[in-house]
This record gives sequence, C-alpha cells and structure tokens, in this order.
Amino acid sequence: MCGLVFPSDENVLIGLDRADDAGVYKITDEIALVQTVDFFTPIVDDPYWFGQIAAANALSDVYAMGGIPKTAMNLVAFPAKEMDLSVLRLIIQGGIDKIKEAGVVLIGGHSIVDKELKYGLSVTGIIHPDRVLAKKNLRPGDRLVLTKPLGTGIVNTAIKAALASPELTDRVTRLMAALNRDAARIMADFDISACTDVTGFGLLGHLAEMVCGSGTSVRVTSGQVPVIAEALGFANMGFVPAGAYHNKSFREYMVSYADSVPRSLQDVLFDPQTSGGLLISVSDIHAAALVEALKAGGIEDAAQIGEVIDGSEEKIWVV
Amino acid sequence: MAATVDARGLSCPQPVIMTLDEIKKGQDKEIIILVDTDTSKENVSRAAESQGFAVHNVTPEGEGYRITITKG
Repeated sequence: MCGLVFPSDENVLIGLDRADDAGVYKITDEIALVQTVDFFTPIVDDPYWFGQIAAANALSDVYAMGGIPKTAMNLVAFPAKEMDLSVLRLIIQGGIDKIKEAGVVLIGGHSIVDKELKYGLSVTGIIHPDRVLAKKNLRPGDRLVLTKPLGTGIVNTAIKAALASPELTDRVTRLMAALNRDAARIMADFDISACTDVTGFGLLGHLAEMVCGSGTSVRVTSGQVPVIAEALGFANMGFVPAGAYHNKSFREYMVSYADSVPRSLQDVLFDPQTSGGLLISVSDIHAAALVEALKAGGIEDAAQIGEVIDGSEEKIWVV
Repeated sequence: MAATVDARGLSCPQPVIMTLDEIKKGQDKEIIILVDTDTSKENVSRAAESQGFAVHNVTPEGEGYRITITKG
C-alpha cells in the first residue's frame, strides 16, 4: 500500500507505520486501547471448533502486545443459500464460548451474505501505555521462548488428505483453539523485551519481522523447538502447504541453516500456523524461570528455542 | 511405457495423493507427473523420495512442470 498516507495523531503508540500484532492508542497516561481484527475461511470441518479457533486466533494479537482483551465483535460472511443457518449458529457458539473463557464480552458484529464462509472477530483490549510489548525490540543476550508446538499447517494439509489419525486431528484442533491468555499472564511477571504470536508467516517468518530493523541477529537451536512430531513425517511425504514455501523464499536471504538441520524441520520452521503460540524475548537470567512457570501453568510445550545475539547484519542462524 | 499422472489445475494435497496412489499400484518403475504450481512440484518430489523413488527429471511444460520419477 505504498504511497497511501494514513491519518495519525500523537496518541497512536503503535500504528501502521510500524505494523505490529495490534494497533495501540493512548487514552490516558494509564490506559491505552489495543485493537485488532482477524477472520478467515474454515480450517477444520467442525463448525463449533472452527468458531473457537477463529476466536482464539483473533484474541491472540491482544495477548501478544501484553494487553488484556475486553470486548469483541463478530465478523461473519455466510453462504445463506447453500448452507443451513444451524452451521452458523454452531460457529458463533464456538466463538462465544472461547471469548467467555477469555473473560471478554461480545458487544456487536456484522454479517454479510457471501459465496465463501468466513468468520472472525474484531477485538479491543486495554494496556498500560508504558507496558506495550512491541515486536521490534529484541535485546542482545535475551533468550527466545515459544509456547506452542509448530506444525499445524502441515498436519492440516495431511488431514485434508485423510492421512492424520483421529487422535492427531483432535490434538491439533485443541492446540489451535487454546488461548494464549495464560502464557501472556505468566510472562507479565518477567523481564520481557519483545513478543509476537506465531501465525501465517511461520516461526522463522515472524522471527524475521522481529529481527528486521532491530540491529540484532538470532540463533535458533532447532532441536529444542517444540514440534508436533508427526508434522516432520508429513513434510517428508510432501504435505507442505504453499504458504510454507512462500514464507521460506520470502525470507531466504536472512536465514542460514547448519548442515545438520533436515529439510523437514526447515519446512516446519516456516510452516504457517493458525492460532500459534507466543514468541517471547526474555532476559537470559529470567528464561529458565519463565519456562518453568509456563509449564507449571499448564503450557507444557513451552521451551527455550534460541537467543538474541549482537549482529547488525540481522540474520537468523538455525543450528 | 511410463504411467502419467495429470495433476494440473489441482491444489495441494491432491497432486501428492494422486502420486502416492500411482506409486502404490506398484506397476511402473517410471512415473510422469504433470503439475502447474511450484508448491506441487516441491511436494510431489518429496512424496516420490519418501517412497524410494528418485526425481529423475523436472522440465517446464506449458505453465507448469513435467516431473519424471524413477524407482532405483
């Protein structure tokens, strides 16, 4: 959208000029609004679970900024002629149950008739203006922590090919529907320099966004990255979504792999995630305690996956 | 005579499923797969290699690729 001039004022703390997970607008010295919107086409067959996943995904952007979501509005596009309204009812019920779990209220929404079903939410939260967790603030010496395992895009492709077991399908569905609320609440007690959530660009794509313009580089210890084990096998069999290849070629110039990193793991590191985990940059002395607190809080897959290093060349070293 | 799988116009995972199905038939040591996206080209190559086939040749054809895989 080069050349367009967006209106702004002095209360815009995070706007389109430094696009982040959500926009932040200061209201008083104590309170700023955190605003985000996200919607997409179904990624699972079950309408109730689709509603939950879409809501968890939309809420995640507020958590990734360090904010507390408060209100939500539905966004619905529905093929009213082709599909029974009971499907839409289940989707919205899924969304309602998920935002209830998050302590958020639904105060409105808008629906249109469309050929293709789409659902999502616009979410507004609050945050202290001095405690905004921007993504472009990496600090050399910090450790990187990831809170959900990777591989949902690859497994979803295998599900489409009817190759995933019901157990795996169930596990991945629950993973995508899991809120990042607890992870966000827990990290607030630690010395965090930057945070984002891992979604469509994959882990390395989102890490690249954090690295660009930061004046730092990062080293990812690939063997420690939490991964859905079956995703590696499916990647080897060719069930890699187009998005993973696009992500990879877009950021190729920034990434160097050690010879020991297999191709299937490289695929997983760029696999587009739906409602993925938080990617947190935490001071090295707090890193072990943060992971321990996350695990104690039920976020069992949380792990240290690398570190921020001095390096003005802004590279991602995968070892 | 090699078997030919025409997966043009189809998006993933369909070309991979068709390739795996053809390999499972076990009748041919050489299979030609026609695809029309880079993603399908990459994924069909991975699928072939995972089943003990080698990607013998990839040539541009029309708007896509002609992939020849052979059983070693």
